[in-house]
Amino acid sequence: MINLLLRRLGLGVVTVWLVSVIIFAGMEVLPGDACTVVLERDAQGEVLENCRKNLGLDKPAVQRYIDWASGAAVGDFGVAADGTTKISTEVALRVKNSILLAMGALSVGVPLAIILGIIAGLARDRFPDIFVSTAAIFAMTIPEFVSATILVLIFSIWLGWLPAVVLTPADAPMLDFWPEFIPAVIVLIMVMVAHIMRMVRSSVIEVMASEYVQMATLKGVPYWQIVFRHALPNALLPAINVVALTVAWLLGGVVVVEVVFNYPGIGRMMIDAISDRDLPIIQALVMLIAATYVLVNLVADLASMLLNPRLRTLKMRAK
Amino acid sequence: MTDAVTNSASHRPSALVRWAQVLRDVVRRPSGAIGVFLVVLHVIVAFISPWIAPYDFKTMDSEIILAAPDAAHWMGTDALGRDVFTRVLLGGREALWVCFLAIPLTMIWGGLVGVYLSLRGGWVDEVAMRLVDAFLALPGILPLMVFVFVFGAGNEVLIPTLAFFFGIPVIRVARGATHDVVARDYVLAARARGHSRASIMRRELLPNTLDVMMVEGAMRLSWMLLTFSSLSFLGFGVTPPTPDWGQMISEARVYMSLAPWGVLGPMIALSTLIIGVNLTADALAKTLGIDRTRKAVV
Repeated sequence: MINLLLRRLGLGVVTVWLVSVIIFAGMEVLPGDACTVVLERDAQGEVLENCRKNLGLDKPAVQRYIDWASGAAVGDFGVAADGTTKISTEVALRVKNSILLAMGALSVGVPLAIILGIIAGLARDRFPDIFVSTAAIFAMTIPEFVSATILVLIFSIWLGWLPAVVLTPADAPMLDFWPEFIPAVIVLIMVMVAHIMRMVRSSVIEVMASEYVQMATLKGVPYWQIVFRHALPNALLPAINVVALTVAWLLGGVVVVEVVFNYPGIGRMMIDAISDRDLPIIQALVMLIAATYVLVNLVADLASMLLNPRLRTLKMRAK
Repeated sequence: MTDAVTNSASHRPSALVRWAQVLRDVVRRPSGAIGVFLVVLHVIVAFISPWIAPYDFKTMDSEIILAAPDAAHWMGTDALGRDVFTRVLLGGREALWVCFLAIPLTMIWGGLVGVYLSLRGGWVDEVAMRLVDAFLALPGILPLMVFVFVFGAGNEVLIPTLAFFFGIPVIRVARGATHDVVARDYVLAARARGHSRASIMRRELLPNTLDVMMVEGAMRLSWMLLTFSSLSFLGFGVTPPTPDWGQMISEARVYMSLAPWGVLGPMIALSTLIIGVNLTADALAKTLGIDRTRKAVV
């Protein structure tokens, strides 16, 4: 058990390290650096060299990687390409906003998805299942910007119930985003509920068809007792990993939704950084998002291991 | 040896016959029938739209800016006075062209690497899978936006970039699917006969993972269309004035309170295409007996 935990932890660290190498190498290979961006047309001859010297870009790549990575490891991502803004403070604001959005979506979405999944799974191929499953296919296939646009068209423009965009600045306290962030949360909930619900549904169906449920039925255990005591605890275990993927997705910058609603989270920061060619910010964001992804999946794996005794002894499941 | 193998193989239905049967079974399901119908409709429209479009897609007319739908302009006009219906008809061509070319590339490179890694095992597999993990941790659409921003939004950039990044999760799926096959007796027998890895891959592993890969490919196609239109919605896709649904929605959104018809046409077109691909993928998965909800990835 301890070995398994350590191995899993080690793999997570290796993944994050590899991401940092990929990001750094990628940014090296792509044409242009921080100096050519800041100086634009003046980027030639002595001016360019001086700028590179000031930012330390004349050092060999390996040296720069070590400097950057050791800073990043303790949360210091240096300064943005404009040379003054400290990335960590700027990013922290956006992270706070993205967490707010994610929490809003998760607190409603996860319970809703699990309830719908159970209903659909128990009523397999009957009306509730067909209705919920069809709705899920629509919710997950329609692009986010389409559902967002429909939502704005109906509830903001025609009915005037909800604000169409977020006007609150990035550094406002969390409560200021109420009620402006509701439309964004609704769009996110639609997508995530569909994914989690499908997973829960197929897992419920599988468990209800298992031998121990059959056994319980034959022994005359009441239906609802079978469902709640025997089936659901096992059926909900696999949902942990899907929920983890959803959390990682929500914290990884939901670019399209943030752009549509003008929400000042990580996703919009990412787009702005790309348009400004702000390489240091892009690097910082990618590292942060990748680390979150690894961490969330790690926690999910540990949680399933703790809750499912079989996984403790078996070799780690290949995902 | 070769003769014997071809002889015994000829007793099985040929690949063509089998996939024709699969297609028939897909179409027999209501969801599959709707899905295939929508996809075929979109492909046909994409092919013939240059001839049936009533107007030129880039002719602007300042007289009829944001005009409501009427007999001359079925879906009204956009902010530059261009006919929306014409642009909706033409707006899926780039998406379909790029994704229909990129998906086979994706499946081939991801599939071959995955199958090879499963068969090879050892440290090569270990190292490659760590790299795959690292790439999967990257925030989805970001690398694509960076590539498009740096190299431009031409198809020669989009197709390889999409194929590369979409191929990475495929490696994992192909590797997993192959794990189930590698342990079988016939693979062991092929190994015992001293077949090379290439020959085992071609004759034993690839045919037996094909079903999983077809379902995976159909599913990835719908995600790729989604990604393509998201990119173009965000301004990292097709270059104007070439019409594209994602971009049209992004432009028309600004005038949505004045001219809602500008967003409705492209929204319906885009959604029906993606839903069609998804329904087809679902029906294909059910026909082939592969549970695709298990692999739900947001």
